[in-house]
Amino acid sequence: MTAPILEYSDIRKGFSSGRAVLEGFSLSLGPRETVALVGPSGCGKTTALKLANRLLDADAGTVRVFGRAAAEQEPVELRRKIGWVIQEGGLFPHWTVRENVEAVPRLLGWEKGERRKRSDELLETVGLPAGQYADRRPSGLSGGQRQRVGVARALAARPPLVLMDEPFGALDPISRRTMQREFLAWKARWDAAVLLVTHDLAEAFRLADRVAVLEGGRLHQVGTREELTRSPADAFVREFVSEFGA
Amino acid sequence: MSNLSAFLWERRGEILALTGEHIVLVAVASAIAVAVGVPVGVALTRRPALAKSVLGFANVVQAIPSLALFGFLIPVPLIGGIGARTAIVALVVYSLLPILTNTYTGIRSVDPAVIEAADGIGMTLGQRRRQVELPLALPVVLAGVRVAVVVSVGLATIAAAIGAGGLGVLIYRGIATVDHRLILAGALPAAVLALAFDFGLGALEKLLGPKR
Repeated sequence: MTAPILEYSDIRKGFSSGRAVLEGFSLSLGPRETVALVGPSGCGKTTALKLANRLLDADAGTVRVFGRAAAEQEPVELRRKIGWVIQEGGLFPHWTVRENVEAVPRLLGWEKGERRKRSDELLETVGLPAGQYADRRPSGLSGGQRQRVGVARALAARPPLVLMDEPFGALDPISRRTMQREFLAWKARWDAAVLLVTHDLAEAFRLADRVAVLEGGRLHQVGTREELTRSPADAFVREFVSEFGA
Repeated sequence: MSNLSAFLWERRGEILALTGEHIVLVAVASAIAVAVGVPVGVALTRRPALAKSVLGFANVVQAIPSLALFGFLIPVPLIGGIGARTAIVALVVYSLLPILTNTYTGIRSVDPAVIEAADGIGMTLGQRRRQVELPLALPVVLAGVRVAVVVSVGLATIAAAIGAGGLGVLIYRGIATVDHRLILAGALPAAVLALAFDFGLGALEKLLGPKR
């Protein structure tokens, strides 16, 4: 097996209230693999995601990204190498669609022509042809379109790792299904590993190679749909899967 | 009425010169207030606890009657004395509050999700400030500048009392000689100036405002 892109080893993370949000959390993500972190609200899944690009730092244990300890990497540089997608896209409302998509390449100092070529290509991929959409502002787009721009922005600099926090959470069920289908089509063309946070187990099964079930800051089980369904590690996983895994 | 316009026309040279002085007082004071107020307002967003006391203090200063503040400043070394410098210091003091408050609230009201996105894609703090927070807060900041400038135009007429020049010179002279035409020769241009600044900055606000 090749070296993991992202690896959590025995992570502990608490907040000032003293309660541990994550305890003994270990998980690794191979190249091109999609892993979903699933669990009820407050289970620590978003915290785990933010540890990867150093929006948060662990209290104990190590996070390794691209083979090096995250704690030893400059946060700003690290983040530019990792795609980041959040609910509703988290777009900059005062920038056009194109400016949003080109944000990271611009931070990295790409030439204008190169940036433009890349944003044209990406907007085409996410189904928002540049000719029609590049000059619009986020307020002129639907929720689903904003989400697509968010995905395009995350992929712009061809990051080997993409983090997605409830990327389709704000969409209506129909757009959500469409985006999930398209995600799978895009994913087949990317070279990126994806760590995806969702509270929706059905979505996790649909999109991810492996699913990690978290609850109360503890990782209960990681596995494929098969594994989680056939041999749940404990009562929580069994109930969670039977109730939400349809 | 024709009497008044003939009077104003006769004095046009002096009125224009004093209007020029007036504009300089307001422009210099506003520029300093923006140069100090905006960065301090931005910096305060990182320390909400400190912000409360700073904004509170600025509020208290604002409550000092303006003529008294001009008077208090005269004996102060370096910034005090008779003349334009003292007047500018006083105008800066009054302009700071609206600029500080609006910068602070403008930045604080930027959607936290947008700020997290800026951090998450790898902007440095400076890049986030300049490229995201300030542009999004700009309409609110500009509204503060607009209030500050309009208030300064009015306050600057009082500056004549401490020998700073400007249109207040005509007003004071008019009061001393009980000459309404002289008072109007100072007051009318000052009012026009205030309206013009208000209109100009309002237009700028619209121009730079949210293109959403």
